[in-house]
Amino acid sequence: MTREKKLEKSAQLSPKLVRDVREKIIELVLFLAAFSAVATTVAIMYILIKESWLFFNEVSVIDFLTDRKWTPLFVEKHYGIISLVSGTLVTSGVALLVAIPMGTIAAMYLSEFAPSRLRELIKPCLELLAAIPTVVYGYFALLFVTPMLQKILPDLPGFNMLSAGLVMGLMIIPFISSISEDAMRSVPVGLREGSYAMGATSLQTAWRVVFPSAISGISAAYILGASRAVGETMIVAIAAGLQPRLTWNPLEEAATITAYIVQVSMGDLPHHSIEYQTIFAAGLTLVLMTLVLNIMGHFLAKRYREIY
Amino acid sequence: MVDMEVNQIQPKAEVQNLNFYYGSFHALKNINLFVPANKVTALIGPSGCGKTTLLRCFNRMHDLYPGNRYEGSILIDSINTLGRGVDPIEVRMRVSMVFQRPNPFPKSIYENVAYGLRLRGVNNRLLLDEKVEDALVASALWDEVKNRLFESALNLSGGQQQRLCIARALVTDPEMILFDEPTSALDPIATTSIEELVLELKKRVTILIVTHSMHQAARLSDYTAFMYLGEMMEFDQTKTIFTTPANKKTEEYISGRIG
Repeated sequence: MTREKKLEKSAQLSPKLVRDVREKIIELVLFLAAFSAVATTVAIMYILIKESWLFFNEVSVIDFLTDRKWTPLFVEKHYGIISLVSGTLVTSGVALLVAIPMGTIAAMYLSEFAPSRLRELIKPCLELLAAIPTVVYGYFALLFVTPMLQKILPDLPGFNMLSAGLVMGLMIIPFISSISEDAMRSVPVGLREGSYAMGATSLQTAWRVVFPSAISGISAAYILGASRAVGETMIVAIAAGLQPRLTWNPLEEAATITAYIVQVSMGDLPHHSIEYQTIFAAGLTLVLMTLVLNIMGHFLAKRYREIY
Repeated sequence: MVDMEVNQIQPKAEVQNLNFYYGSFHALKNINLFVPANKVTALIGPSGCGKTTLLRCFNRMHDLYPGNRYEGSILIDSINTLGRGVDPIEVRMRVSMVFQRPNPFPKSIYENVAYGLRLRGVNNRLLLDEKVEDALVASALWDEVKNRLFESALNLSGGQQQRLCIARALVTDPEMILFDEPTSALDPIATTSIEELVLELKKRVTILIVTHSMHQAARLSDYTAFMYLGEMMEFDQTKTIFTTPANKKTEEYISGRIG
C-alpha cells in the first residue's frame, strides 16, 4: 500500500476511535496526577500506622498517653508522649499569640486602609518572611532573640520555648495575613458601602462588617497557621532544646514532637528496634493533631460560610 | 422650567450648580434641583445619564474613592453638605441609603437593624429593642421576622432582605433616604411591597429615588427629574412630566424613543 492510501485508510477507519482513545489517555493521565496526592497520603498513613502498630504491641496505649516521661533512648525507658505534646502545644501557643493578632491586623491594614502603592510595597516584604529558610529563623531565635530576652529575664535558659515560639510566630504571620487579606478583599463592595452609608468610619467598617464577613476565610488562615506551628521543626529543634519535659511554662526548655523526630532520625538507630518505632508513634500523634486542626477548620469554615 | 407650584413647596435639599468629576470625566454638568420635603422625588433617565452619580452626591459616597471631585453645593436644611468643613460621616448619619442589590450584613436580623445605632454608641438593650422593633414595623417586616430576630439575615428572601435594608436605613431617624434602583434585583411581588413601603415612608422622611422604570416613577413619585448625558433636562411634578413634558428629550424618553 502506498503511504497516501494508508493515511486515507486510517482516516476513514478511525476518526472517532482515535479521538476516543486520545481522550481516554488524557483522562487517565489527569486521573493519575490527581490520584498521586491521594496515594501519597495513603502510603504515609499506611507506614505510620504499620510501624506504630508494632510500637503499640510493645508499649501500651495507656502508658503512651499517661506516662509523664519520654525517655525511649535511656536505660530506664518511659514512653509518655505528653512530654512532647506539651512542648509542641506551648511553642505553638506562643507562636499563635504572636501571629494571629499581628497577621490579622496586618491583613486588615493592607485590605482596608493601605493606599495601593504602599500595599504593593508591604505585601512582598511580608511574603518574604515566608521565604526565609526556617533554619535561619532557628539561629535568629537562639542567637539574637534569646540573648535579648535574657536582658529582661536573666534566669531564662539558653534553650527556651518562649524565644522559639516568638520567632515561629513571626514566620507564620505572612501565612495568616495573606490568606486573611484575600478573604477580606473578596468581601463585596456593596457590604462596605452599606456600612459607610450608615455613617461608619473605615475602622468600624473593617471591624464590624468586613472582618465578620470574611470570618470563614480568616479562620481557615488561623487553622493553617496552627498547623504550620504544630508541624514546624527547625526553629524549635534549634532554639527550644531537645530535652523532653512535661511543662507548660514557656520560659523552660522542652523538646517538641518534631524536634524529637528530627533528633532521633539523624542518629543511627537499628530498624525495627523499639527506639526506631517511637519515631512513627510520635509522627502519628503529630498527624492526628494536624488532622484534628484541619477538621476543626473545615467545620468552622462551614459554620461561618457566608453567601454573598 | 420649574413652575410656580414647585417654588411654593418646602425644599428639603437644594442642589446648586453642581458639577461632579470622576477623575477627568465630567459626569454631572451644572445640575440644579430641589428636593421637596416629605415627598418622593424620582430621578429618571437612560443608563449612564448620571442619575446614580447624582444620588450618591447627597450622602457623599463619592468621597470613599480617590480622584472624585465636587463643585457647587448641595444644601440640606440650608447647610452646604459639600462644604469643606463638613464631615461626610455626619452627612451620612442624616441621609441614609438603600442600594440596588440588598446588602444585609452577615449578622442577625436584629444586629443588622441595630447597626446604625451601635455605630452611634447606643448599647442600651431596652432602647435598641424599641428602635429595632419600630424600624422593622415601619419597613413592614416585623410580623415576618419577630420570632427569629436572632437568626442570620442572609436566610431572608431577596424582598425581605431589601425591606431589612430599609429598616436599617430607618432606624437612626434620618431626614432623607436615598433609594438607588431599590427594586431592580427583585421579583414583581417584592417590588410591589417595596413600592407600597416607599409611599408609606414619605410621611416621615424625604425620599429621593433613582429608577430605571418610568412606570415606577409614575406610580411612586410626586416630582420627577429627567437627566440626560449628565445634564438636568427637566424637573417638575410627576404628572406634568408624564403628560405635558416641556423638553423635547423628556418627551422622547417618556415615549420610549431614547433610552
